[in-house]
Amino acid sequence: MDAVIAGIGATDFSKDSGRSELRLAAEAVRAALEDAGLEPSDVDGLVSFTMDTNAEIAVARELGIPELTFFSRVHYGGGAACATVQQAAMAVETGAAKVVVCYRAFNERSGHRFGQVQTAAAANVDNSWSYPMGLGTPAAMVAMFARRYMHEYGVTSEDFGRIAVIDRKHAATNPHAWFHNRPITLREHQSSRWIAEPLRLLDCCQESDGGVALVVTSADRAGDLPNEPAHVRAATQGSGPGQFTMTSYYRDDLTGLPEMGVVARGLWERSGIGPSDVDVAVLYDHFTPFVLVQLEELGFCGRGEAADFVRTGALELDGSLPLNPHGGQLGEAYLHGMNGIAEGVRQIRGTAVNQVANVDHVLVTAGTGVPTSGLVLGRG
Amino acid sequence: MIDIEKEAARVAEQGESAPRLARDPVNLPMIRNWLEALGDEHPGYTEVAPPAMVQVWTMAGLRGQRSPDDPLGQMMAILDEAGYTSVVATNSDQTYHRYLGVGEQLSVTTSLEDVTGPKRTGLGEGWFVTTRSTWWVGDEAVAEMRFRVLKFKPARKPEPRRREPGAQAIRPSVNRDTEYFWEGTRQGELRIQRCGGCGLLRHPPGPMCPECGATKPTYLVSDGYGVVYSYVVHHHPQVPGKQTPFVIALVELDEGVRMLGELDGEPSIGQRVEVVFTEIDDELTMPSWRPRADR
Repeated sequence: MDAVIAGIGATDFSKDSGRSELRLAAEAVRAALEDAGLEPSDVDGLVSFTMDTNAEIAVARELGIPELTFFSRVHYGGGAACATVQQAAMAVETGAAKVVVCYRAFNERSGHRFGQVQTAAAANVDNSWSYPMGLGTPAAMVAMFARRYMHEYGVTSEDFGRIAVIDRKHAATNPHAWFHNRPITLREHQSSRWIAEPLRLLDCCQESDGGVALVVTSADRAGDLPNEPAHVRAATQGSGPGQFTMTSYYRDDLTGLPEMGVVARGLWERSGIGPSDVDVAVLYDHFTPFVLVQLEELGFCGRGEAADFVRTGALELDGSLPLNPHGGQLGEAYLHGMNGIAEGVRQIRGTAVNQVANVDHVLVTAGTGVPTSGLVLGRG
Repeated sequence: MIDIEKEAARVAEQGESAPRLARDPVNLPMIRNWLEALGDEHPGYTEVAPPAMVQVWTMAGLRGQRSPDDPLGQMMAILDEAGYTSVVATNSDQTYHRYLGVGEQLSVTTSLEDVTGPKRTGLGEGWFVTTRSTWWVGDEAVAEMRFRVLKFKPARKPEPRRREPGAQAIRPSVNRDTEYFWEGTRQGELRIQRCGGCGLLRHPPGPMCPECGATKPTYLVSDGYGVVYSYVVHHHPQVPGKQTPFVIALVELDEGVRMLGELDGEPSIGQRVEVVFTEIDDELTMPSWRPRADR
């Protein structure tokens, strides 16, 4: 692929932004354009999530972007994150647009909280097989998979906890993270309250207010721009057989994430690299169990081996596969995966606060349990 | 304990009931009423009656009683007493030997042909009762009928519990593809979609079979038994209509499909459960699970 991410921008990450979601979006997009060295008038494409409340035209009005030739949305909640970059890259490579900004902004803590029961979501017929039965939160929906995963592979709550401990350790040294200077121990994880057994509070990501934006353009165009571009080596979406949103419970097996397997195959095939070439993994971490399952689906270890893999220390900053150096969504902020892509760009540039040495390739994944997407970013 | 087969043999041994006379001879006013009621505009029925009317002539009337020697009446009473109280449909095969003319006087006799059972059906355990009736004009047999009925014991369903008023349950969204399921729960049936083309069982349901492409879904009624495949104990946040903590189980039904529902009891994977129906209001009855007593 010829497309690159040339700019990244974000607002502060908080629990109460005190401003509208549109203002957060506009601030993030402006910050990303400044980072890229571009003007609003250079932008001719915008991409966001279906779930985002900020219409492309509203963002364009606030930024003073005069004309758009490409605008698009991606479905399925956090599964959209990397797919926004895929949309932008395809637009750039086909000539549909020259500079596309991907954005996501919400007051997900002070406004509409995803962690609460979304009664309105029961209006969707698919959800009529879960919400009325009392299964109405993302945590509970993931917990159903997690219980079966534990049963089949002998995985424990402590195994989930180790993911939270790593994320919080990395967030502790990231000044932009909500949990800056607040690492946790495995004991604290184990004594945190049940949310939806087998998930504890510290298995669940936080709820955040904020916005993130990414500027995608061609490698050619980026040649004149100030920052080292992060090349989009591969970007793909994935949906699997019998796919539901969060409740794909009717497949033969509940211990995998086949949709992430589809993403993995696409990424390795298109980028030409494999799991052993990945220098940093930014894995979507709304709930800890699915980080373990992703490690298996992406081929970093065998089925049922993720808990052992984590115990080797591989996910530490000095390990073989540093995980979420920014602290992930458990530690930095829950921005539907978009802050993870920004971290991937910083790792490629060499400007991250928890910079890993000699990064050539970063893998980024999007929401799990839903139709999802992934990215491989690389250096020029 | 009533021995149904023995009772049936006793009734069958009585043979043909005594001839029972029709209240009126075959007559034009009744023929006209019948043709109008059925929307039959055939102009030919002025001298003879439509053959399918044969049973009409010997009906006992609105407040009529079966005669004591009627074998069908006797058999129904025996099965009622044994707890097989229900009937949903019957099957009649009639043979007509000739047209019946206006003015002819009919009589009918009936014998018990067969009682078979007990049969397990989707409705519950029951017995098939078959009788044979013959219509006579004098000593000439003019028509016959084989009549079959399933008398069954409705499958034992736990009494629906009614929720505390004011409990705000989350309601399902129901559409054309899913209404059969919720209609079923209202009737105390757990229905599983079955493809009318290839027979594939599927839950959650959909309008087109992913195996064969047919768009004629039917359903079967599940026995309501299954095994816990996975479960969640929900603690936070509060869920409308529920008291935390509560358990939601993903159950693999014996028929092979999985289904979610609240589980009343201590959960474990592999646990045997059975369905329970809870009436939320007139429109909505929710299926849920409870541990199944060991058999």
